Amino acid sequence: MRVRTAYSVAAVTSLALLSGCGAADMTKQASPFANAQGSKTVTLSVQSWVGAQANVAVAQYLLEHKLDYRVDTVQVDEVPAWDALSQGRVDAILEDWGHPDQEKRYVDDKKTITRAGGLGVTGHIGWYVPTYLVKQHPDIIDWKNLNKYSSMFRTAESGSKGQLMDGSPSYVTNDKALVTNLKLNYQVVFAGSEAAQITQMKQFAKEKKPFLTYWYAPQWLFKKVPMTEVKLPAYKEGCDADATKVACAYPHTPLEKYLNTDFAKKGGKAAAFLKKFKWTTEDQNEVSLMIADQKLSPADAAKKWVDSHPSTWKAWLS
Amino acid sequence: MATATAPAPRLALPGVLRHRAAHKLLLLALAAAILVPLANAHWASGSWPHDLTVDLSGPLGRANDWIIDNRDSSPVFLYFFGYISNAVVLSVRAVYLVLLAAGWAGVTAFGALVAWRVAGVRLAVGTGVAFLACGLLGMWVPTMQTLALMVVAVLTSVVVGALLGLAGGLSERTDRALRPVLDTMQVLPAFAYLLPVVLVFGIGVPAAVLATVVYAAPPMARLTALGLRNADPEVLEAVESLGATGRQRLLTARLPLARKQLLLGLNQTIMMALSMAVIASVIGAGGLGDRVYQALASVDVGAALAAGIPIVLLAVVLDRVTAAAGEQTDESAGEPGSTLRPWLYALGATVAVAVVARLAGALDWPSGWTLNIAEPVNRVVDWMTAHLYSGVPYLGGTADWAGHFTTWVLDPVRDGLQWLPWWSVLLIVAALAWVIGTWRTALTAVLAMAAIGVLGVWKPSLDTLSQVLAAVAVTLVLGFATGIAAARSDRFERALRPVLDVCQTMPQFVYLIPVVALFGVGRAPAVAAAVVYALPAVVRITTQGLRQVDPAALESARSLGATSAQQLRQIQLPLARPALLLAVNQGVVLVLAVVIIGGLVGGGALGYDAVFGLAQGDLATGLVAGAAIVCLGLMLDRVTQPTERRTKKGA
Repeated sequence: MRVRTAYSVAAVTSLALLSGCGAADMTKQASPFANAQGSKTVTLSVQSWVGAQANVAVAQYLLEHKLDYRVDTVQVDEVPAWDALSQGRVDAILEDWGHPDQEKRYVDDKKTITRAGGLGVTGHIGWYVPTYLVKQHPDIIDWKNLNKYSSMFRTAESGSKGQLMDGSPSYVTNDKALVTNLKLNYQVVFAGSEAAQITQMKQFAKEKKPFLTYWYAPQWLFKKVPMTEVKLPAYKEGCDADATKVACAYPHTPLEKYLNTDFAKKGGKAAAFLKKFKWTTEDQNEVSLMIADQKLSPADAAKKWVDSHPSTWKAWLS
Repeated sequence: MATATAPAPRLALPGVLRHRAAHKLLLLALAAAILVPLANAHWASGSWPHDLTVDLSGPLGRANDWIIDNRDSSPVFLYFFGYISNAVVLSVRAVYLVLLAAGWAGVTAFGALVAWRVAGVRLAVGTGVAFLACGLLGMWVPTMQTLALMVVAVLTSVVVGALLGLAGGLSERTDRALRPVLDTMQVLPAFAYLLPVVLVFGIGVPAAVLATVVYAAPPMARLTALGLRNADPEVLEAVESLGATGRQRLLTARLPLARKQLLLGLNQTIMMALSMAVIASVIGAGGLGDRVYQALASVDVGAALAAGIPIVLLAVVLDRVTAAAGEQTDESAGEPGSTLRPWLYALGATVAVAVVARLAGALDWPSGWTLNIAEPVNRVVDWMTAHLYSGVPYLGGTADWAGHFTTWVLDPVRDGLQWLPWWSVLLIVAALAWVIGTWRTALTAVLAMAAIGVLGVWKPSLDTLSQVLAAVAVTLVLGFATGIAAARSDRFERALRPVLDVCQTMPQFVYLIPVVALFGVGRAPAVAAAVVYALPAVVRITTQGLRQVDPAALESARSLGATSAQQLRQIQLPLARPALLLAVNQGVVLVLAVVIIGGLVGGGALGYDAVFGLAQGDLATGLVAGAAIVCLGLMLDRVTQPTERRTKKGA
């Protein structure tokens, strides 16, 4: 009996020693793969859309080749990424589309996350139809005419209604409410992931079929499949406050960067660099297109962009 | 002697069964005649009555906020979860650092030497080649991250499983109590419980490891208990007569005797853990799974495959090596002294190789030595989608098939299920489960189904159920046909084996995008992916079942001049009935797991809600969907549970 107690005491103490004595702080836990072999590591969160991959690819390339860091990337959805950022599992989010709840909780109240300035890109969500369709039916770009065309957008999934294709569940969307409140004869079909949505849009475009989709800019796919936005009732401040009563378009959002507070203070050159990182929509699309359409690896795409835009990134490192 | 008498009772059995089944159904009809009018008078709606639902979104939302607000101050987190989390992070990190320090040469040498000691030269070469292939594909570092994660997850699962198994093996009562728990753990689709783990531990490695342990520990527990129970009683008696204490008996006799089962348990645990590696990437586990997941975001099937292949290679190598270890224990067990020295040599050789590589400055995988398979693979996928999607002469394109399948099969099944009055669904479930199993399984099934209604997700659950039914039907038709063919031709079976290995171990995420490219967005691609994933298990079990049919029975049929079709229909299929039922059961469970992931490609219903909950951190939606998935899984498992499974599943 005494032996067993001794064992368990030993086990508990060694565990306590291992984990740094006393209380184990859940808010400060880096990835086990970080800072291996004495190299300095930055962990970046990548979201599932290609624009976010482009930001990360270029930041990663510069951190690795100009500042001598090792970079780990982790793909996390938007809201969990905020949580991971506050816990220090990732060091930075480079492209955030606006999460007022999370900002209040982590930036203002808990102060575990710090604002790191704008990305320089403005995002906008909307409903889009392919441009070849607009050429045949020029009045389709107003939501008031959508019901006239709903039979054209029918698919096996939408049944007797027209199909409005939505994307990943992690994206901000009011589409179900919009369809109801604007009395549209449409069925929202969720593609479930951006990849599935892009694949489906490309298939439609190849056959010049009509489709109506939730989509957003900046996006590289516009270069491959030209699309035109459908006008929804104009956005006014606060018209989307009640999620069930929304009947207006989506806002234009300047995209923001966020850093873990500890990293922002102690991250040295890497943190300073990520705060200065700021580019244009065209820059981002250039890299995105290389990754998603020409199938270059993110590292190769980043290298190509870095080689051809020295003046842009030199300012980030100064 | 046993083989000669076996057919007689088997022939008599169906009659008895039918009799008993009729009894059960009659009883059920009687109960229904009394209860249904009552239920109908109170809640006359077709769908689950609103009065009988519980809305959990309020309390769950509050729980969510409480956890986030108190994670850095509450003692539960500081002194309990925090320690677990830190311990996991530290041990994964330790393993990862050792692997990195060994370098690619050291790790490859170590893998090959272990395989050589355990399983012979051929597997040693295979292991070495597999590791080199991971490097060649440019995946060395992610492979090491996954390996580090797997080592910790498997060790934890083995310890947890062995302790549970020990308790079950030594005490009859514990065993009975544990069984339903283990059953349930294995039936749960892993996707359903990612959210609660994430909420407590946050995104990242600790959550991933713990989710893996929940999934991978049950086979170890089951096989440990089985091994302890099956220990030769004569040996035990002999040990006892020598005056050994209980603990001595356990350590010197029972555990060594159970070694074969223990190794089989280890094998199963490793396979289950690896299959979680990719799903865990959704919650930020990193490594190979994350590479697959990231590649999919840019619709890059080639890159996803490049990360998927190392997972398959790891799985195949670990499977073969541990299986070989289990087979050869009989000769070499028991003399640790004689086997220790080669191990020391192996370790020495590894260290030597690692040191040489380090001195040569080739610790990291050389960046020039990579093979780019992404591009050719993507070209093949593009060709497929360009030529098969639509407009194939006479046959129509895959998109048309998917459309027809949705309109003609999925829609009617879904609408039919949702049209059925809720109490009749419960009755059907009860009838099926009772006829196939016992009153206990019937009760569990009905309660699980009722719980879905109470949670308020009756309609989406029936939507998911319709997808499962359609996918299972397709899987069984294809699986039985292939299985029968494989049972009749050795050559076909040999050719099939690697294909099945790949289908079974390739992460499901890899084929989610090709199925969208072929079948468009919707429920059809979800069904297609589920069929691909569940098919190997059904084929394997069918083949095995048919092959194990008593040769004496077949011989006598042949001597009576039965044609080969008659032999199949009248002897093999009826005698293999338990195996076929097991195939149905496994098919259902596996299909459900993938139909859920189909939420990522437009499958909708519960799968979408589960993904939504994870993506938005919305505990109310995600957890309710997860619970409904669990209930659906339980119901489907119990409804198809053959009474023979208990003994089969352990092995």
